Amino acid sequence: MTVLSSPRPDQTEGVLRLNQPLRLDSGQMLREVDIAYCTYGHLNADRSNAVLICHALTGDQYVASTNPTTGRPGWWPVMVGPGRTFDTDRYFIISTNVLGGCMGSTGPSSIDPDTGEPWGLSFPVITIADMARAQAMLISQLGVETLFCVAGGSMGGMQALEWARAYPDRMYACVLLATAPRHSAQNIAFHEVGRQAIMADPDWRGGDYAKLGVRPEKGLAVARMAAHITYLSEPALQRKFGRELQRDGLSWGFDADFQVESYLRHQGAAFVDRFDANSYLYITRALDYFDLAQSAGGRLADALSPAADVRFCVLSFSSDWLYPTSESRVIVRALNAAGARASFVEIESDKGHDAFLLDEPVMRDALNGFLDAAGAARGL
Amino acid sequence: MHTGNGHQMVQPLYAADREDFREIVRLVRPGARVLDVGCGSGELLQLLRDEKQIDGRGIEIGAEGVSACLAKGLAVIQGDADRDLAEYPPMSFDYAILSQTLQAVRAPKEVLSNLLRLAERAIVSFPNFGHWRVRMSLVTTGRMPDTRSLPIPWYETPNIHLCTLRDFTELCAELNLRIEASSAVSATAPARSINCQSAMENWRSESALFLLSRKSAATPPTHRPGDLFA
Repeated sequence: MTVLSSPRPDQTEGVLRLNQPLRLDSGQMLREVDIAYCTYGHLNADRSNAVLICHALTGDQYVASTNPTTGRPGWWPVMVGPGRTFDTDRYFIISTNVLGGCMGSTGPSSIDPDTGEPWGLSFPVITIADMARAQAMLISQLGVETLFCVAGGSMGGMQALEWARAYPDRMYACVLLATAPRHSAQNIAFHEVGRQAIMADPDWRGGDYAKLGVRPEKGLAVARMAAHITYLSEPALQRKFGRELQRDGLSWGFDADFQVESYLRHQGAAFVDRFDANSYLYITRALDYFDLAQSAGGRLADALSPAADVRFCVLSFSSDWLYPTSESRVIVRALNAAGARASFVEIESDKGHDAFLLDEPVMRDALNGFLDAAGAARGL
Repeated sequence: MHTGNGHQMVQPLYAADREDFREIVRLVRPGARVLDVGCGSGELLQLLRDEKQIDGRGIEIGAEGVSACLAKGLAVIQGDADRDLAEYPPMSFDYAILSQTLQAVRAPKEVLSNLLRLAERAIVSFPNFGHWRVRMSLVTTGRMPDTRSLPIPWYETPNIHLCTLRDFTELCAELNLRIEASSAVSATAPARSINCQSAMENWRSESALFLLSRKSAATPPTHRPGDLFA
């Protein structure tokens, strides 16, 4: 099944069926795997200018084009486009919807070919490595052997790290933003709150809601509300909302009196329109299982030693408490120990984890310098 | 902000005009792997890249400095000499440079040892506290020296481990380091080869620059002692 369309001459979007079954870390095989993707710009004659941009937990392949579900611009337009840091006049940008996602790639809401019904919880548990493996197969099928760069923030950074561990010969540079080499106890704890909220919703129906024509919207909205707090920072929340009220005076009840409550409710409500609850369970599980060092007996430097020839740019944000700077330092020290060429800077920002999605001039300048130098060395 | 802005402590000049940088550029072999610890905004790395085609890396404590380095296409990490040297594998560099930074680190002895663990040679420069201006300033005013090379008041200075030429050569002996070359440097005057053991040079040298290696190093030195232009 290949669906191709071109919203603009330099953009394509489509869904590609992987030409082989996908072997999963769990030991299971997925026979039929579709990966939805978008591309921006043109592949050069040497096929050396391709860049893979990996999305975060609730992102998708619409990195720089209108998301058809929401009708809103892509999730990273400040960084991807003509003349931008990830310059579509210069690079051939590929972005995919992760395995387990709900924007066209195979996931728990897809149809199980054996039963003809949505997978639900019979979908196998997947990992970050499984996501990267599916991306690597897709990229081969698109005719690209080696990527100039693999880039991502948050969970996207974890996919990029996994690429560096597993496919270092297929990449030249790696950009890791606001990410971590493993999930911490606190990361897992917040995800567990989200999953329990979904599973506590009566409409979740043991994961079979799709077969029964209902959706656990309340549970998914609560999961999003809790998670959304972790993407912001205390000072930013305080500055934006403080104790401001929605209306004059208190309601003396449980309406959204405070602006911050109203804001979170809006975030939850908007999220359920575009995201699948089971996908949220599977992808958060993949994040919790992520521990890059595990494959190398717990030594991160050993896991990354095959990537000694890859150029890395690691950026963290000072107010990010989801994947704090200390996690980026762990990555950087391991890269130094592995002998890789690493750059790292902590960017001063009070915007929390989501700072990497925003227009941060320091991030832009650092990445422009990094990509220009790598591009020059690569002959781009 | 203590170990990182060594380069900014000397008055702003174009990097290529800085005599201490010129001296380092002369010492470094073309195409070498170089780690510049406390690399500031990357002027020295850039100079070495342009003139000696080195494979350079840097460590800098200040985010502005690192960002400036990245914008120049240099591979630099935000970190400091006290905490971020231990991870590098042994002999991963040909040269480790610590320019006007030694006096600002918390543990100079460990830092020196680390430099000569991760690199075959270290190039270290520091303001000489034995310089006559420093001694005169202390003797005549009874206050902490306020000189050209040490212009910052005691309560604001990042310099916490100042030493004299003699102190440094004694530490090198204790750490079993070979002094392959030494010179007196300043930002504005051409470098001058010195006998670093001389009491007279301890009076005369405003800043000192050393090329060091380990005495037990398996590879023979390519520089003859005192020969700065090899």
